Parts: sequence; structure tokens; C-alpha cells
Amino acid sequence: MAVPPDSNDELEYAAGGGLLHRRALLRQGLVLATAAAAIPAARAQSPPPAALPAPLDPNPPTLTTPGAPFSAYGSPSSFERRVLRAVGANADVPGNGVSWTPLESLEGIITPSGLHFERHHNGVPTIDPKQHRLMIHGFVKQPLTFSLESLLRYPMRSHLIFLECGGNSNAGWHSEPIQRPVGSFHGMVSCSEWTGVPVSVLLDEAGVDAAAAWAVLEGADAGALNVSLPLAKLRDDCIVALYQNGERIRPEQGYPLRLIVPGWEGIVNIKWLRRLQLTSEPAMTRDETAKYTELQPGGKARQFTYVMEAKSVITTPSAMQRLKDPGIYEIRGLAWSGRGRVARVDISADGGKTWAEAALQDPVLPRCLTRFRAAWNWSGKPAVLKSRATDETGYVQPERNVLVAERGRRGYFHYNAIVSWGVAEDGEVSHVYA
Amino acid sequence: MRNARRHLSVFLPLAFLGAAVVSADTPKLGEPAAPEVVAKWNSTIFPDGRGLPEGKGTVTEGRAIYDKKCSNCHGPEGRGETAEELAGNDVPLSDPDTSQTIGSYWPYATTLFDYTRRAMPMDAPGSLAPDEVYAVTAYLLQINGVITEADEMNAATLAKVRMPNRDGFTRIDAK
Repeated sequence: MAVPPDSNDELEYAAGGGLLHRRALLRQGLVLATAAAAIPAARAQSPPPAALPAPLDPNPPTLTTPGAPFSAYGSPSSFERRVLRAVGANADVPGNGVSWTPLESLEGIITPSGLHFERHHNGVPTIDPKQHRLMIHGFVKQPLTFSLESLLRYPMRSHLIFLECGGNSNAGWHSEPIQRPVGSFHGMVSCSEWTGVPVSVLLDEAGVDAAAAWAVLEGADAGALNVSLPLAKLRDDCIVALYQNGERIRPEQGYPLRLIVPGWEGIVNIKWLRRLQLTSEPAMTRDETAKYTELQPGGKARQFTYVMEAKSVITTPSAMQRLKDPGIYEIRGLAWSGRGRVARVDISADGGKTWAEAALQDPVLPRCLTRFRAAWNWSGKPAVLKSRATDETGYVQPERNVLVAERGRRGYFHYNAIVSWGVAEDGEVSHVYA
Repeated sequence: MRNARRHLSVFLPLAFLGAAVVSADTPKLGEPAAPEVVAKWNSTIFPDGRGLPEGKGTVTEGRAIYDKKCSNCHGPEGRGETAEELAGNDVPLSDPDTSQTIGSYWPYATTLFDYTRRAMPMDAPGSLAPDEVYAVTAYLLQINGVITEADEMNAATLAKVRMPNRDGFTRIDAK
């Protein structure tokens, strides 16, 4: 039994602006619409079958025509061909830039491998796995090289985790709110199952010297991108990943192998990994000094800000979308924390005056994207939607004015403030600072 | 009894399986790398100068290389073009109008050598000989007011350069 938007007697409100109690999501019969579909619940239900658009064939040709043959490797439907990564690259150096995951078009928590965000510094190398080696050297008893053939024989482990660029959402530091689809603003975060060999196993084989405290890691891309990482993290939960979402890692994600550093900023998850050198100190490479550090208002800069702190964003409805009519909508979004599990997500539909707890969809895993949902009865009046993540350490995602007061606006990296979407009377959704 | 055990293992959480991986269970297929092989692969340069190659370069030599291979993107005198500004900021880092140039922001001169050698120019990374990298490094340090026109850069002199923002960083997630 659908609930018409204009008879709200049966609805259980949890906060201002029309936010419904999360139990509403479980109630059978409450039909929810999305901004993408933009069909309010009652309207979708009420017209009789006779009112369906005329061209719709009750016996479509697919019922009577043999379909296409098998394909050796599947592709998305041609009707979904506009669901693509948004690319922003340097005109003079096409391999230097980013591509964003279209978060506004995706559901669940897994990012399709072909839509995983990219940040390349100088293009995607083509690497023949037979010609590739991983070298482990430095403060070890025996320097070793590993072929891909060898690594594939080692015991493996999977991490179902998010990966986020330290520069994700950096338009949030701008003085005016950027107007872009949510993926082209916050889409340098993606989520995959990464499978590979624990780094600790390979380190044990080489034999770690007591003086080792850091490692310098290097990729096989143009410019041989290098960073330093504390040895404790490498030993704790890092893997040399060979597979992404069940298949061998794609070229743009580091084929034939990459480092996976759960919960830590993307830059240290070195793609096309070729060298791991144990050291007593960091090398102070360009991407841990000149870049990926954050200048603060007093003139000092934060360095080695590895952990991606708790964050959330509503993906539906979101900027550049339009709600066609008042009625019940499902607010959908993603939350994550580099420190562990998301403990709760709160939603506000009145610009942060009142909040209601969203439902977290299983599975809720540490350092993994978590899907949240909330039911909302939009009255047709202007509204401001916000989501606020709290992780299992108790850390609460900050409001933008709090983050900017603390960090200034020149830090560029690690922007994780609450995101506000303004809904106008005509249903247009835009990015607002509120 | 054996069957019961096997079934039990199915229910062990993934994390436990991961932790259960010990060296004894692994195939040990790493191939020993000889010191001369390691030396050819290893390109790390540390802030104290360890890893810097032999060679030398002057500001004058560096200016000629910069004008030919770098200025198209970074602009004349490192003032920025399609690629970022490298020099010319006199505004303190505490001022909102500041910019993060080599002279105002980079904490170590060795980083400049390392990055230039491995990544620049972007259409031919790794193409500069050590003497050329020392020369370009000297030029960039000179236009940032860190060294003088007469200073030659080599493994010994570069390691001694103290950058103005050497103490400008606070470590957050690692010590």
C-alpha cells in the first residue's frame, strides 16, 4: 500500500524538513523514488495501466526475436553508455590528471573496476608481467626479487576497502560552492576487493634488520613515483595486490601489481610497484614534502597525513539533479573512515537544525564504503540536505566552517567536511555552503 | 573428527586467516639480488645526501638547460605557465596570499634533485644526465635566492644546502 505524499498521517517523522524514521525503510509498501528516476512514489503507483505511454508495446520484439550471442567479456548496456568517469587532465601532458568515479550513477558499495577513479602523474604504463620484478632491499638480511609467477603462488588475503585520493573533494576549499555532479566533486573515492600477498610475508622472507623503521616505495611508471611509509603499517595490513574485484588489476590501477595501504591516502598505494627499500627514515620525496602536505593558517604544514578521516556524502539527491514533484524520496549516500567502521550516519533536511539517524546497509566493514539510506517526504519547500558520519573511534565528520576555521583554505588535501545540497522550490538541487 | 575440523575452518573470519599466514607456510620464491644489481635499481636519495650520484653543475649551465627544456611549461625564471610556479614568492607562508614555491615551501634541496632526475621533463622523464640535474638544481636554487650565482652543486654541496622552510612541517600520522 503506497503512501500518498499529501496524506502523511501514517508517516513517522524523525526530524525536521520531512525526514522520516529509518523504520520507514523497512515498512512494506512504502514506495520510494529517487531523484535520478525523479518519479514520486504516489504518481508512479496511482495511474491505471491504461494510462501507460502509448508507444509501449505489450509484446516487445525481445519476446519473439532470438537475442545476441554470448560475449567473452561483458560490457555495460549500451543504454548506460553515458555512465563514465569524468576526466580532468593537463592539456600539455594528457597522462597527468585525474578521472572521477560517477558516484551519482552508482549504487551499493562496490565500484565497477572500469569506473574506479584514477590519479596518474605521467600516464599509464604498459607492463609485460614477464618483464616485471618486485625488489625488496635496504635494511634486510637478503635483498630479493619476486617475479609475478612467484608472487601468484603465495598465500593471499583480500581487503574489501575504499581507496581515496588525498586531494578528493578539494573544491570544498573554494570560497564559492562548486556546481558539478557529486562524482566530479567527491568521486576520487572508489571501493574494490583487492587480493594479494601480505607485505609482511615478503619482508619476513628477506629478513628485516632491527634498524629498519621506514620503507621507500617506487612505481614503474614514467617518473618512477616514490613515497615513504612507516614499516609498522606495511607489516600491519598492507598487501601487494594482484587482483581487483576478482580479476587481475587493470593497467590504470597498477597492473601487474600495486601496493594496498588500507585507510590511507591514495598516493601511498603505489601502482606498478617495483621497489620496496627498507630504511631508517623517510626519503622526503616530492610527493610527501612539496605535495600531499597541507599548509596551515600559521604557516606550518601538516606532513604524513596518511589517514583518510571519516566522511560522507549524499549521492541521491545531489547537485545537478532535479526532483520533479513533492513526495517521498530515498536519500542515498556513502560514508567511510580510514580508521575503521562507520558507526552511524545522521541526516538533516533542514540545514543542520535537526538530525535523524540513517539506516546503514550491510555489510558495514572497516575502511570500506558503507551505503546509507533515509526516507524523506519532500514538501516542495526549499530544503538543505546534509549527511554526517561518525566512525567507531567516535570521530565526527566536521561542518565546513569548523574545518576551514581549523585548517584555513590553503591546505588543498584532506577535505572531509559535511556536504550540503540545497533543494529549491522547483526541485533543482545545487551545492551550497550552509 | 577430521571432518569437523575442516568444517570449522570454513567459518574462521578472514582476518584470522590473514594473521595465520606465517613464514613457514610460504613458498619462499624470492631470488637473491646481488649488490651490483641492487645498486642499479636503487635511486633513492636521502635528505643527508646519501644516494646522490657523482657529477656537478653550475647556475649558468642550469639556466641554459632550463630555458631549453623547462621554461615552456614552468615559464621564464620559474614564474609558472601551464605547469606550476617554481620561484618568485616573497610572501610569508602564514599570509593567505602566499604561494608554495621551491624557495618558500620545499624543506630539502635533495628532493629537488631526486624529483627532477626521475620525473622531469614530463615528455622525457629520466633523460637528464647527473651533471644536467645538478645544473638545473643549482639554477632553481639560485632563482629562489637559496644559493648564489657562483655556487656549484655536487653531492657534497647539495647535501649542505639548508632550505628556508626546513622546519616548516609537522608530522601527523607517523613520527
